[in-house]
Amino acid sequence: MQKIGVFVCHCGTNIAATVDVEAVAEAARHVPGVVYATDYTYMCSQSGQDLIKDAVKKYGLTGVVVCSCSPRMHEKTFRKAVNSVGMNPYLLEIANIREQCSWVHKDKEIGTQKAIALMKAAVAKAELDSPLTAGETPVVKRALVIGGGIAGMQTALDIADAGYDVDIVEKNPTIGGKMAQLDKTFPTLDCSSCIVTPKMVDVGQNEKIHIYSYSEVTDVKGFVGNFKVTIKRKARYVDETKCTGCGLCTEKCPMKKAPNEFNLGLNNRTAIYIPFAQAVPKVATIDPNYCLMLNKGVCGLCSKVCGAGAINYKDTDKEIEVEYGAIVAATGYEIMDVSKYDEYAYSQSPDVVTSLEYERLMNAAGPTGGELLRPSDHKRPKTIVFVQCVGSRECDSTRGGKPYCSKICCMYTAKHAMLTKDHYPDTDIYVFYIDVRTPGKNFDEFYRRAVEQYGVHYIKGAVGKVTPENGKLIVQASDLLMNEQLTINADMVVLAAAIEPSHSARHLATLLTASMDTNDWFTEAHPKLRPVESPTAGVFLSGVCQGPKDIPETVAQAGAAASKVIGLLSKDKLAGNPCVAHSDEMMCTGCSQCADVCPYGAITYVDKEFRMRDRTTKVRRVAQVNPAVCQGCGACTVTCPSGAMDLNGFSNSEIMAEVDALCR
Amino acid sequence: MVYNYFPGCTLKEKAKDLDIWGRRCAEALGVPLTEIPEWQCCGGVYPLSKDEIAIRLSSVRALIYARDNGGTLVTLCSACHNVLKQTNFDIADDENFSLKVNNYIAADGQEYHGETKVLHYLELLRDVVGYDNVKAAVKKPLTGQKIGAYYGCLLLRPGKKMAMDNPENPRIMEDLLAAIGATPVVYAQRNECCGGYLTLEDSTLPEKRVKRILENAKAQGADTLITACPLCFYNLKKYADGTGVEVRYLTDVLAEALGVKEEG
Repeated sequence: MQKIGVFVCHCGTNIAATVDVEAVAEAARHVPGVVYATDYTYMCSQSGQDLIKDAVKKYGLTGVVVCSCSPRMHEKTFRKAVNSVGMNPYLLEIANIREQCSWVHKDKEIGTQKAIALMKAAVAKAELDSPLTAGETPVVKRALVIGGGIAGMQTALDIADAGYDVDIVEKNPTIGGKMAQLDKTFPTLDCSSCIVTPKMVDVGQNEKIHIYSYSEVTDVKGFVGNFKVTIKRKARYVDETKCTGCGLCTEKCPMKKAPNEFNLGLNNRTAIYIPFAQAVPKVATIDPNYCLMLNKGVCGLCSKVCGAGAINYKDTDKEIEVEYGAIVAATGYEIMDVSKYDEYAYSQSPDVVTSLEYERLMNAAGPTGGELLRPSDHKRPKTIVFVQCVGSRECDSTRGGKPYCSKICCMYTAKHAMLTKDHYPDTDIYVFYIDVRTPGKNFDEFYRRAVEQYGVHYIKGAVGKVTPENGKLIVQASDLLMNEQLTINADMVVLAAAIEPSHSARHLATLLTASMDTNDWFTEAHPKLRPVESPTAGVFLSGVCQGPKDIPETVAQAGAAASKVIGLLSKDKLAGNPCVAHSDEMMCTGCSQCADVCPYGAITYVDKEFRMRDRTTKVRRVAQVNPAVCQGCGACTVTCPSGAMDLNGFSNSEIMAEVDALCR
Repeated sequence: MVYNYFPGCTLKEKAKDLDIWGRRCAEALGVPLTEIPEWQCCGGVYPLSKDEIAIRLSSVRALIYARDNGGTLVTLCSACHNVLKQTNFDIADDENFSLKVNNYIAADGQEYHGETKVLHYLELLRDVVGYDNVKAAVKKPLTGQKIGAYYGCLLLRPGKKMAMDNPENPRIMEDLLAAIGATPVVYAQRNECCGGYLTLEDSTLPEKRVKRILENAKAQGADTLITACPLCFYNLKKYADGTGVEVRYLTDVLAEALGVKEEG
């Protein structure tokens, strides 16, 4: 006979306000199998846990049901508590009477009835629970960081610092990311390159870090502690081990019409190129779309001038497979395409630019050598209009608009305005905003300096139309505070375009089985308590790939992700999840349906000999689950037509008992 | 295929040219328009208050007739098109609106849920006839004529409901102009409001706006502006004297190119 204890939590008033907790405990006392039931204000507190532990000892409980919040919140807490007094942790059941009960009901009567039903279901399951023991798997002591921007670099450096090997996979020829393209950083106005390039050098020189630049992750297999990752090394046509980065090839290359990605296409580069002077690794890359040798079979100049003999026109993509214990996504962001926002005439006039393009126009290493000249006629703009929230905080998604705030635009626009005023005090600057959002250390002071000290005209209102006319940009706008229509004859218009997740992130999330929100930002395991972990064990999140962030926040999150990785890699063995599927070989018909639905590739088929009643043997094909790979999702158990597949801890009979209890 | 046609009040009076040449051109292009019987005024502008139902019922009745007779309703006037298309969209999209409308029309034994396909005349030319076929039917190409398309504010907006072209940077009229041999002039003010009905209350505002439109079109080299809206036509024409820009209806220019006018 089972002896089950039921513990009903008030959660302050979270539960107790809409559920009569005493009535739930009283009802529990009348359920067959329950030998003890009580309620308490905070069951998760130390004294609440002690209450459970004492009852387990006093009544010799064989199962415990806690009626409280979601098991995602405190299942671990209570499992640990019962385990500390010698009970198998898998004999504990949670009835969630908060998220799916007290929080969604207003009527106490109904809430109480539902809580009682949920409690009964949990008791029914607890009666059938059997003790489970987790297996152990070894941990590969190497981490993979996907993305080599400031987030990925910081994560890699911190992991390497703890003594573990780290690989960075970066899709571009160099690490550095967006930060390498920035001129100055807010709110201190220190030079971005001066901060980021030494970091790039640190990463490049660190013995524990290996950079796979110009590479992509194409496949991920395995599970936490034991990932097997396929990395595609794209054909660079230059041998990385031989190239010295002297740059002679880039000087001699006759094909000079390839758009320069580093300057966002504002100028051109050669077909063989090093993205910028401080690139890491400082190795040339041939752009196969523009190289004359690769396309027309004539030229070969770079090969002739290369003293190191590094050029190889016959290079091909190569795939390598590497094992990792942990994976960090640090894929960052892109600037949204604003060409559908035609009212701003972005695609009609070269003098309408995005803020990142403006950044390059102000940068000493940019296409104009740091002198602010507008793209159309290379004249210095005297009047500049900045438009905030282009594509951000936008309900209309048909133009690619985003419902979220991109978070960094208010601050970088104030920065652009101030820097422009610093260099050219006679420039007239207008900033059109919906709201100015500047929470952050020294942020509001920074913005107010732009208004009060530099005399930047901040206007609350929207720009309705930009009309290119006779070399000017006529900006029609409304000033909402003055209730006036404005027309400004501007020389340049700068659009604070929304930021969006890297376009490769969605595919990567599929490979990692990591979840994403509707905007394609990676989802964290818990928005408050586990902000740098993905819900998939062993996959961590660093930087903007999880949501818009500025540089200090990105660096902080990168460090946090690294510390989680270090915590994982420092373990020699990982306790597995015992709630995995297993197949009853006598019932399995070998139909393959379970293997087809398994998202983790945990199911294989083997031919097995079975002894028949007449003492002959017969070979049958049956399913076998690799418990180390199985994540216990249960897809196979519901698919199996013969009922051979079952899940430990969530067996078919346990679930039926729950349903029975609910329906009674 | 029947192309039901909703002309609208203005096209029977002030904007007869827009209507006549529209029908004649459609005939010449093999898509004759059939005027629906007993149509009523569309209401003029789309009421933005959610509880104004009665004003939209005349549109619903026209839409029901079209549904029961081939399923397509063509309009030419920008304003009628706007009202009909918005009504049609909202009745399919807005449950509350649909319920109230259906409560009214239930008295006539009717029911409607947005089944009709509403087409602007330009969509008929582009999507049904095809601009290639329009080009093939041209008898007198308008070679050398620099024509600017004037869309106004209503024709393409709200973009999601009109679903006809990019409201901020359209090309549906420019492509037509190219098909009939003219040189389309793209100018930024082509989708700005002309001032509309404010001309009744305070004509200085439409004057300011129209001058801005005409100046912009002129600066880009246009010698003619075409429009599909009688009200835009009225406002533009009022201030066009002396600017050297001629204002014409879209169908008027089309009729010239197709040689329909010479037939008398």
